[in-house]
Amino acid sequence: MKYAPLVLSNLRRKRLRTALTLLSITVAFILFGYLAAIRVGLGAGVQVAGADRLFVRHRVSIAQPLPISYLDRIKRVPGVRAAIHQSWFGGIYQEAKNFFPQMAVDPEPFLEMYPEFILPEEQKLAWLRTRNGAIVGRSTANRFGFKVGDHIPLQATIWRRQDGGVMWDFEIVGIYDGADRGTDTSQFFFWYEYLEEGRAFGKGLVGWYVVKVDNPEQAAEVAKLIDDEFLNSSDEVKAETERAFISGWVNQIGDIGLIMRAILTAVFFTILLVAGNTIAQSVRERTQELGVLKALGFTNRQVLFLVFAESCMLSCLGGFLGLGIALLLISAGDPTGGALPVFYVPARDIVYGACISVGLGLVTGFFPALRAMRLEIAESLRQA
Amino acid sequence: MSGTDDVLVNIEGVTKYYRRGAELVHVLEDIWFQVRRGEFLALMGPSGSGKSTLLNLIGGLDRPSRGSIVVDGLRIDRLNERELAGWRARHVGFVFQLYNLMPVLTAERNVELPLLLTPLTRTQRKRHVAAALAAVGLLHRKKHFPRQLSGGEQQRVGIARAIVTDPTLLLCDEPTGDLDRRSGDEILDLLQLLNREHGKTIIMVTHDPHASARATRVVYLYKGQIVTEMPK
Repeated sequence: MKYAPLVLSNLRRKRLRTALTLLSITVAFILFGYLAAIRVGLGAGVQVAGADRLFVRHRVSIAQPLPISYLDRIKRVPGVRAAIHQSWFGGIYQEAKNFFPQMAVDPEPFLEMYPEFILPEEQKLAWLRTRNGAIVGRSTANRFGFKVGDHIPLQATIWRRQDGGVMWDFEIVGIYDGADRGTDTSQFFFWYEYLEEGRAFGKGLVGWYVVKVDNPEQAAEVAKLIDDEFLNSSDEVKAETERAFISGWVNQIGDIGLIMRAILTAVFFTILLVAGNTIAQSVRERTQELGVLKALGFTNRQVLFLVFAESCMLSCLGGFLGLGIALLLISAGDPTGGALPVFYVPARDIVYGACISVGLGLVTGFFPALRAMRLEIAESLRQA
Repeated sequence: MSGTDDVLVNIEGVTKYYRRGAELVHVLEDIWFQVRRGEFLALMGPSGSGKSTLLNLIGGLDRPSRGSIVVDGLRIDRLNERELAGWRARHVGFVFQLYNLMPVLTAERNVELPLLLTPLTRTQRKRHVAAALAAVGLLHRKKHFPRQLSGGEQQRVGIARAIVTDPTLLLCDEPTGDLDRRSGDEILDLLQLLNREHGKTIIMVTHDPHASARATRVVYLYKGQIVTEMPK
């Protein structure tokens, strides 16, 4: 601590240069925070997806429906504890831009399958007795101001009604929360029977199945058994873990993790050069002063430490400032208006960010610190 | 000389040369001399005579190529870098020609620098700094940065920094070389005071006879060797 004034005063030496370097580091860390939040948003569900849940879809495509009769056969496959079906509705609320996912399900087994959706008991009971009842996640409810008791008209894009109409009326009977921060609370669930009775076509079909296995370690074997069960049928299936399914879904637009890493690598490499140059220049300008410090009795290691302290202070200041600003901005929520239902910086990424800022300081300070440490006193004093 | 206890610096057969490519450049050649405790010694000689190199060797800023340097009974040419740094911090105060203050630190922070290497608390450090600044008559300018001080004042801050740890030996390299006559005289008065009143042993490199006249003894260096009289 007693060296802090010395380190700080060195950073104040060229205020504009320090400010610009600090700004570039700060911006890099704001970007880091945003990319971390976007990755979470795009991969919403991957992290919280149950390891004991399998996702069973049509082998050709998720868009191909499966017969509802598969449900009982899936339940009979060894290793399967429970199974439910889900069907994509794809309705429009007022305008096409107001997107949120809507799914038809059987309420009771659905809630048992997804304990991460927290619904008050009275709302659960209300859903079970209301045919056109629907539950909606907190983020979507907040987004559109939905309240329990509201009637929500959705315009079907797939499922025309038997009477030829496209408008479906739903009564909001519950608003669920996520068990943790990463749970997607943007979805809207309603009775499958309501859809089945009302739709003009597609009777007896569902979108996909979700299966809970007895033992998560045997998930791969159970998936194989399910695949085999429907081999050579008209609708062959592909079973995979929920996590693998969601990852695959997200990665349709590319390997998100790889893209993020590539962007961040480019950004931090640039910052490395900028901050490294600042520190190196600063040390070069102070050759004589460093020589004086050594003459006064500072050891080579102490001089090394001082330069490292300076580079780490700069990068940590910029890093923490950037992370702080990012957290503040991100706390305002999804900036896309619904495309990123889960949008936050996970604690793990904050820790990564802090580590990167320290690492950045160490790397940028390495060569200047080494140079400072190796300075010959008499030689550096001669440069006066 | 009244006895070996009176000898603070003992230099025996010191030679210093540098390599410049394949060539050996001899700066000091077989130097023998002693400095007594409480002495104010002036090292004189023309440019390139080796006076600053000798001062650097006595202060442990450089190492001799041959010979031994004993200061206060300690053979400093055998100390490793770390030991030598610690020894400098405890026993030597340096005063430089160009003051060599940190431009980004106030006078008091500059004076405090050597104390950062001691186990003193912040309060104790402040007390020592105040005493040193008072000794050079600059306590009232402790919050000023070097750029806000005159050359003479900067050099006085430099002297305060040199004496703040109460070192055994004060080494001054052309302390008045960058000052006008009046400021130079003030600095020499101060050094003389430190020598007479506080018993500081001072070795001062200078090429100014006016400055060397303040010393109790003058040693001449010419082409890397000690001579009794400067050649014309």
